[in-house]
Parts: sequence; C-alpha cells; structure tokens
Amino acid sequence: MTTPLVEMKNVSIAFGGVRAVDNVSIELHAGEVVGLLGHNGAGKSTLIKMLSGAYKMDSGEIWIEGNKVSINSPRDSRDQNIETIYQTLALADNLDAASNLFLGRELTTPFGFVDDSRMEAETRKIMARLNPNFKKLKEPVSALSGGQRQSVAIARAVYFNAKILIMDEPTAALGVHETEMVADLIKELKAQGLGIFLISHDTREMMELCDRVSVMKNGQMVGTERVEDVTEDDILSMIILGKNPKAAA
Amino acid sequence: MSDQNTATPPPKRSFMQSLEVDLRLLGMVGAFLAVCVVFNVLTDGRFLTPRNIFNLTIQTVSVAIMATGMVFVIVTRHIDLSVGALLATCTAVMGMTQTQWLPDMFGFELGHPLIPWITIAVGLFVGAVIGGAQGWLVGYQGIPAFIVTLGGLLVWRNVGWWLTDGATIGPLDQTYVLFGGIGGTLGAFWSWVVGIVATIIALFAMWSARRAKTGHGFPVKPMWAEGLIMGVIAAAILGFVAILNAYTVPTRVVARDPSLFGCEVAEGCVAAYGIPYSVLMLIAVAIVMTVIALRTRLGRYIFATGGNPDAAELSGINTRLLTVKIFAMVGVLSALAGIVASARLGYHTNDIGTLDELRVIAAAVIGGTALSGGIGTIYGAIIGALIMQSLQSGMAMVGVDAPYQNIVVGAVLVLAVWIDIQYRKRVGTK
Repeated sequence: MTTPLVEMKNVSIAFGGVRAVDNVSIELHAGEVVGLLGHNGAGKSTLIKMLSGAYKMDSGEIWIEGNKVSINSPRDSRDQNIETIYQTLALADNLDAASNLFLGRELTTPFGFVDDSRMEAETRKIMARLNPNFKKLKEPVSALSGGQRQSVAIARAVYFNAKILIMDEPTAALGVHETEMVADLIKELKAQGLGIFLISHDTREMMELCDRVSVMKNGQMVGTERVEDVTEDDILSMIILGKNPKAAA
Repeated sequence: MSDQNTATPPPKRSFMQSLEVDLRLLGMVGAFLAVCVVFNVLTDGRFLTPRNIFNLTIQTVSVAIMATGMVFVIVTRHIDLSVGALLATCTAVMGMTQTQWLPDMFGFELGHPLIPWITIAVGLFVGAVIGGAQGWLVGYQGIPAFIVTLGGLLVWRNVGWWLTDGATIGPLDQTYVLFGGIGGTLGAFWSWVVGIVATIIALFAMWSARRAKTGHGFPVKPMWAEGLIMGVIAAAILGFVAILNAYTVPTRVVARDPSLFGCEVAEGCVAAYGIPYSVLMLIAVAIVMTVIALRTRLGRYIFATGGNPDAAELSGINTRLLTVKIFAMVGVLSALAGIVASARLGYHTNDIGTLDELRVIAAAVIGGTALSGGIGTIYGAIIGALIMQSLQSGMAMVGVDAPYQNIVVGAVLVLAVWIDIQYRKRVGTK
C-alpha cells in the first residue's frame, strides 16, 4: 500500500470538558474522496478544522505524505497545500471576489503594492472555468447570490493548486444545477490526483461521489467502509446507532 | 476561457454612471459646500474669504490627521477614545524634551538646530509605543478596545499632567512652531510649484491607472468622462492654492521685517502666506493612509478583518498583530497631530486636545465610516473633519453661543449617520 496523502492518528480535542473529537484516526490517499458522515455535533467539522489549522488538537499526530507535520494555524495548513472550503464560506463580505480569492496571498507589483488588475484578470480566468455566468467582479461579495458566493469560495480553494482539499458541506446552499456543477468539479479534481475530504448530510450524494465513507458519532469514529461494500441503509444505521453492522456481523 | 471579456456592447449608461464617481463622496462634498454657502450668506460674505478659508484649513489639520487613523480603527470594529489624551501626553513629552530634557540633560543650547527634529522623533516614538501597547491589550489580551482606550483616556491625560507638573510648557522651539500653521507657510512661489507638481502627479496617476485597466482588457469609462474628472481635480488643486495665495500677509506684519518676505522696504511689499506646512503634512498623511488602505496588503487585511474577522483569521491573517499595528499607527498620528496643535499654540498646555477623541470619531463617522466595520475612507474622514470645523467656526462667526454650537454639532452628527444609513438601504449595500 502506498503512503497516504494525509494520516491523522489518534487525534483528540476537548472544549471545556466536552470531548468533541476523541481518539480518531483517518487517512486519505491521492485521487481519493473520503466522505465524513454523522449527526450535527458528531465532530466531523471539528476533525477537519484541526487539519485546516482553525483548531489546535490536544493530542495526536498528523502525517502528510509520510512526514509528521505540526499544524498550528491556517497558514501552516496552507503551506502543506491543504485548502479548505468552510461551511460558512469564510468570505469578507465587504470585499470583491478577487480580493477574497487572494485574501492572505495577494499578488503584488514589484514595489510590493497589491496588484488588483492582475488579481481581477486571474479571477476572471478561473471563474470562466468554474462558473461561466459569474459577472459581478467589481461588487462586494455581499451583493452575490448564494451560489455565486459558493463559487468564489471554491475558486479560492482550487486556484492555488491544492493537493488536499477539505469541503465542508459545499452544496448545502446550492440549487440542483449548481450542486451538479460541484459534483463534476469534485470528480475532475479527483482525476487530477487530489485527495478530498467531503462533509455532507446527503447520504445518496456521498455514495455517488466518495470512494470511502467514515461515520462519526459523539466525537468517535464508528467505522470507515468502502462505498461498494455497504448499502445506504448500512450507513444510516451507523449514523443513527453508532455501530458498524459489518463489524458486528 | 475565450469569451471572458464582454463581447456585447455595454448597456447605455447615465451621465453619473459614466463618470464612475462615488455618490457618497459627492454627497459629502455637497454638504460641505452647502455649509460654506449658508454661513457665507449669514456672515455677509465673511465666511468664504481667503483669510477664513486659510484659518479653517489650519484649524482642521490636527483633528483630520487623527481621523485618518481612526478610520482604520473603526473599520476593524474597534474604537479609540484615548487619542486626545494621547496627544496631550505626546505634546507634554515633546514640550519637556525641547525645553528641559535636551538642554538640561544633554547640554543642547536652546535653539540648537537638532532640537526640533529630535523632539519630533521622540514624540512619534512615544505615540507609537503607547498606541502599540493599547493595541496589544486589545489584540492579544482580548480586552475590548472601548475599555482599554477609556482607561487610556484617563491615564494619558494625566500622565501628561504628571510629566509637566501641570505647568504650561513654552515657549517652544522656533523651528518646531513652524508646523503650527500661520507661522510656517510656503509662500506664493513654492505654493504654486507644489500645486502644479501635485496636479501633474494626480493626472499621471489617473492616466496610468486607465492604461493598466485597458492592458488587462477591462472596461474603462469613456474618454470625455475621464477628461472631465481630470479637469475637476486639476481645478480643485490649483484653485485651493490660488485661494491660499490670495491671503496676503498684513502690512503691519510685513513692516516688522520686510526681508522675510523678499522685500527691501515695507512700502508696497505684498506677500502671500500660501500653503501652511501643517496642511502639507495633512496632505502627505492623507496620501500615505490612502495608499495603505487601497494598495497594500496591510490595508487589504484591515478591511477584510473588518468585514469578517473569522474569515480573515482562516485566511492566515494575523489579526492580533494587525490590531497592534493599527493602534500604533493611531498613536503616531496622535503625536503628529500633537506637533501641529502645540506648535499652533506655541505652548504645551494641560488641556490640549481635550475632547478631541470625540471630534475625531465624529469626523470619521460623518465621513461615512461604519461602526459595524469594514467600510470607511480616508478622504471621507478628512471631509468629515472639515464639515465639523466649518460648522463650529461658522457658528462662532455668526455669534452663536458655545452651548448652542455643541447642540448643533451633536445633531448634525446623528443626522449625517442617519442619512448614510438611508442611502445604503436604498442602494442595497450594507
């Protein structure tokens, strides 16, 4: 077996006595989509926020491509080519699409000033690929629709040639057509060899897009299965009962 | 990727849309001009004289300098109530430095050419350190800025008192007081030079911005609109210089020492004040702060943090350090404003800068800075300061009693914010 792209080993984090993630291990390979399922508060978002640097884990290890790394901030995570699309999108509403896309990584002129024209041109290019209908480049993102805002957040993750992508409910705010576009994009990125963690509540969508699914409950890992080996009902019972029917059998 | 540029002809646009002028800027300038015209009528033409306009500009400088910094503070959803007190501490330090510490401890003779520059460096340093320390308490220790700077208001006002034993410090250094206003001006010739150079730079900047846009294939406004705006800007700069140059030095002042004004004898000698150094300083501050706001990463992060602090943090921006930098900047600007304020008086007094924090916040807010964060402009804050000062000077000239003046200024502050909220509702932005 090849070295996993990401390996989180025995990670735990507690918030004031609540063990939000309790001794969880998970791995992700290149060209693979791993889905995280579970009820609200199961610890899915918390788990991936430790990978994206938003939270600092209390114990455990993170290995990227066979090297142990320490991720203490979002910047550390980005340095490991990990990009995250947050459930809240994490956009600065008062800035335009280009400023958001390059936030924290602005293109600059030789004098060190931000190069708005070049950033806008780059934004036009990537938007033409992701969402050809996107035209409101000059307006603050607060003036955009939910789908358009989502495509800004996705563009930000895709633009910087990530190796590892974390998508926290990327389709929650989207219509049918836009959801399909995101699904196509996930398949395309997977074919390019990215590893993707996907969080969603939509079990059917997960069965279609993911190679493996991991189910969490109360901060613990219930089990990880290849999607070919399980039915939707198996997954649902894992989510609800917190038991792996295959392990029990 | 081929059809990313608009292939269809742009829709027909109205006159104002073609100009691409910020309507809020236009509104503020309009309000300012309205205030001027009303007072000019009420004072039988005494308000819009070169002399009064000159005085208005030098009275506005101190508050306007601080207001540019307050914009960044308010944009990041903080507040700074300590600027007036900070100004007092800085002027106390600068007053003591030039009149006592440097002469007594380091043996500089009074009037030594290095005294004013060392003094200014010390003052700016003290402002940066105090401001940075307050920023550290806000950013790293998580104490609300309101509380930190409310404490600062009491602390620094009285540290200034403690440093000077409550005494008035002065007279200040002869070179130092040149930054105060009427005592230090460029004169007619150099004012014109500055005005013309500024015009050329402004027009060149607009032209190269247009070229950068066309270089990327972005739409630009029509040539006539560009030309019109260039014309207005050139007229505004040169008109301002012409007005300041039209204020001539009174003959009795010339008579004291005609050689200062380039004349052999006082008879028939006409000299103009021109642009005061303090106004040049404000213009320099305004340019630097605007460049920071629009063209640097620092400015981008300030506005991003104001718009969504969580998003800024998740983008890898060190928002804590950013807070320290912003408050340190305000500290430096307070010291700079302190130079102007104390140089204008010629003394450091205990009550210097009293209530300035409220004037500064009001200037920023009248200028369109939103307390909810993320929105604000440097030019707005300066126009806000001008409007406040015009109201106060105007009412004083008309003979309105001081208590009534404050009632009017307070009401105008609330009214300005209300109009801004209504405007934003209508155009649908937050």
